[in-house]
Amino acid sequence: MQKIEYTSVGETLYRDTLPNGLRLSVVTKPGYTRCFAFFATNYGGADRRFKLGGEFIDTPMGVAHFLEHKMFDMPDGDNALATLAANGAQPNAYTSSGITAYHFESTENFDSNLRMLLKFVSTPYFTEESVAKEQGIIGQEIRMCEDNPDYVIYDELMCCLYDHHPIRDSVAGTIASIADITAETLYNCHKIFYNPGNMALAVVGDVDPEAVRAAAMELLPAEAGEVPGRDYGAPETLMPAKPRFIRAMEVSAPQFLIGAKLPYPESGDALLRSKLLSGIALRYLYSQSSPFYSRLYSEGLLNTDFSADCDTAAGTMTVFAGGESRDPEAVFDAFCAEAQRVADEGIDEAYFSRVMRSGYGARVRALSSFAGLCASMADADFGGYDCLDSFAVTNTITADELLGFIREHFRRDRFAMSVITPAGKECCESNA
Amino acid sequence: MNIQRREILPDVFLTTLQTEKFKSDCLSVNLLTQLDRETVSKNALLPRVLARGSAAHPDMDAISAVCDELYGARIIPCVRKLGEILSVGFYAGFIADRFTPDGSRLLEPVARLVGELLLSPSTKGGLLRKEYVESEKEKLIDDIRARVNDKRSYAVDRLIEEMCAFENYGCDDLGSETYAAAVGYVELTRWYHDLLRTAPIELVYCGSADANRVAAALRDAFITLPRGEVDYELGTDIRMNAVESSPRCFDEALDVTQGKLCLGFRLGECMDEPDFAAIRVFNALYGGSVTSKLFMNVREKLSLCYYASSSCDSFKGIMLVSSGIEFDKLDEAKSEILAQLDAVRSGDFSDDDLESARKSVASDLRALTDSPGALESFFLAQTLKGLDYGPMELAALCEEVTREDVTAIAAGIELDAVYFLHGQDGADEEDCEDAED
Repeated sequence: MQKIEYTSVGETLYRDTLPNGLRLSVVTKPGYTRCFAFFATNYGGADRRFKLGGEFIDTPMGVAHFLEHKMFDMPDGDNALATLAANGAQPNAYTSSGITAYHFESTENFDSNLRMLLKFVSTPYFTEESVAKEQGIIGQEIRMCEDNPDYVIYDELMCCLYDHHPIRDSVAGTIASIADITAETLYNCHKIFYNPGNMALAVVGDVDPEAVRAAAMELLPAEAGEVPGRDYGAPETLMPAKPRFIRAMEVSAPQFLIGAKLPYPESGDALLRSKLLSGIALRYLYSQSSPFYSRLYSEGLLNTDFSADCDTAAGTMTVFAGGESRDPEAVFDAFCAEAQRVADEGIDEAYFSRVMRSGYGARVRALSSFAGLCASMADADFGGYDCLDSFAVTNTITADELLGFIREHFRRDRFAMSVITPAGKECCESNA
Repeated sequence: MNIQRREILPDVFLTTLQTEKFKSDCLSVNLLTQLDRETVSKNALLPRVLARGSAAHPDMDAISAVCDELYGARIIPCVRKLGEILSVGFYAGFIADRFTPDGSRLLEPVARLVGELLLSPSTKGGLLRKEYVESEKEKLIDDIRARVNDKRSYAVDRLIEEMCAFENYGCDDLGSETYAAAVGYVELTRWYHDLLRTAPIELVYCGSADANRVAAALRDAFITLPRGEVDYELGTDIRMNAVESSPRCFDEALDVTQGKLCLGFRLGECMDEPDFAAIRVFNALYGGSVTSKLFMNVREKLSLCYYASSSCDSFKGIMLVSSGIEFDKLDEAKSEILAQLDAVRSGDFSDDDLESARKSVASDLRALTDSPGALESFFLAQTLKGLDYGPMELAALCEEVTREDVTAIAAGIELDAVYFLHGQDGADEEDCEDAED
């Protein structure tokens, strides 16, 4: 295994690509009680159409998430979630548009927990009865998401920004779409996407990296399967498909989420740089210590819920900023005007150095979240870069490069906004 | 980890959890006061107003600039409900000295800034600034209203409010809109001075600095603290039984597609001399873990709900069960939730179930030792309970909890209130009345 020391931040990374194609990364944390393991497949809600053996296959909305729910069933009738929990682990899983991840945290029996994790994720077992039962459970989950403004506002923003990319689709699918899922659909998708060549294993904790590698070698298939080609449709432009979404729901005050598409870089290095630039741009323009925020906070247009972030999934890159405001349109105007002001006036060097300093602190603090670090490592494995390089790469980003990035991507016509207004309250004249 | 507690100024206690393990340090300042319906909004508002500006750094821009220079140190206004005691103050997080690229030390300047926000606020004519008070009041009211946005936690909040309507515990740590709206800046200033003089103060630090350095930094930062007659008559009133002979039922209609069913219980007899380890293991077995009775039966086996879990507040002696269900599954889900409690009472669980519960609790507790923030809140709670042992010791106690300990806790538990959140034209209210255990 390759060992890389990041002495300035006190981390050591071990990484390897196994003969079966599995990408493995381990960050050792001597003296820590808990360990975190994260086993992910590069397969999420947006991977609905793919090419395998020369043929295109279409699948219903919600399969990746459905599969995640059913992976815990074992052929001997056991539930892997319960088995892991009984062994002292705290297991869980999630599905996003881009990946499906299975993970656990434990303070004891790490080795046997890791073996269980690798084993159950590689063991498909579905019956028509268990699939039918799960349709009920997931139906409940879909309803719960429909009541949750955070999900609705996000899904609808993606539909504003993207014209046809399947990242528009809700990860859990719809009651109607999951009704079309059968045991056979699940077996097929498991076979295609859960092969080691399409997966990554990330571990953080006081562990022996060689033992992690040995467990993966022993328990996972020896051969990499064919990695399917994904079809997300024709490339999207950088313009939003539509500028606004507005819906009334049971919320106390209007919620908003502003977003823009960014081009998805081809190489791993370019991807990392672009993610870091987005992060710095958002921090410079819109962080809670920015002039923008303090002004809108004082004016009563924003509160402490406001935050901004950048996300990549399924060949897309998106920047977001959202929160709660009595007047989302006024926030949108100020948001765009602030980017325009910086584009016109240039970067303030003293403020830029403050932003870089606080960004450094935030990245150091983030290293303490084992779950977050594992997810970043897996993302990096799929994206083709090394997440701990973020410290060194950030040091090479200059005020000029940031200015160019803001001028190019933070333009008013690139942004769309999704808004949830309080049901039963007449407000927001812009609704019309 | 080196744990020390000492009095650094009159009635100001510092707990230092010293360890080289973490990349970041944390520091909390907790002014302790009684949770009370009429004052809770003032308490919720106060640290938010203080965080807006100090005499030396009079606005958010000035404070942000200092925090950015301290490698993005964060100082967050913080109000926590611990039983019926309210902690009012600040929570600060900053990176450990050994990771600052220029070798600067952060504890001292962070402590200084926290002390400044608490003790030298930005004032006008000796009063807290009206514009800051009004602006923060508006935001507090927004936050109180925003509780409805997350239906899962809203339903739990509403259950507590109804179930403990006659107890201080029934008020939320943000308080109510009516009381919040009534707070004026003159009154808040008076309250602020009272609190500074009378509140016992607990400081908790977790990080790499040793206890002497932390004590010196905080003594310097808090040296101007005015002290009067400190009020140690703080505590939580524990109600042992249900309020009425049969459980009270509450329901509410909102525009939702999924129902939320919450049940509130009194832990009862076990609160005479609470065995905190046994309460934790009982909760994990009944509904607090993924191997629990509620998870395995109500959710997995019967598919009655998307989630069902329990939690216990061992300060107050109550247990809450929270679940998400279809509107028409109310009776079925409720009977099953109660049936599972009966099963625990009668010892109808396997040794494996018990072992999983013990392991899950012990593992959670041990994992606490990996996070400065988790250690800070654990030790603050321990201090208020008058206990001095750490999470490792509590984990070991949990591993020794027996079947009898668990059934004994279950035996004393009594259902007190049921809350059901449903759609506008959903279930009729009578459903709630006739389904009893």
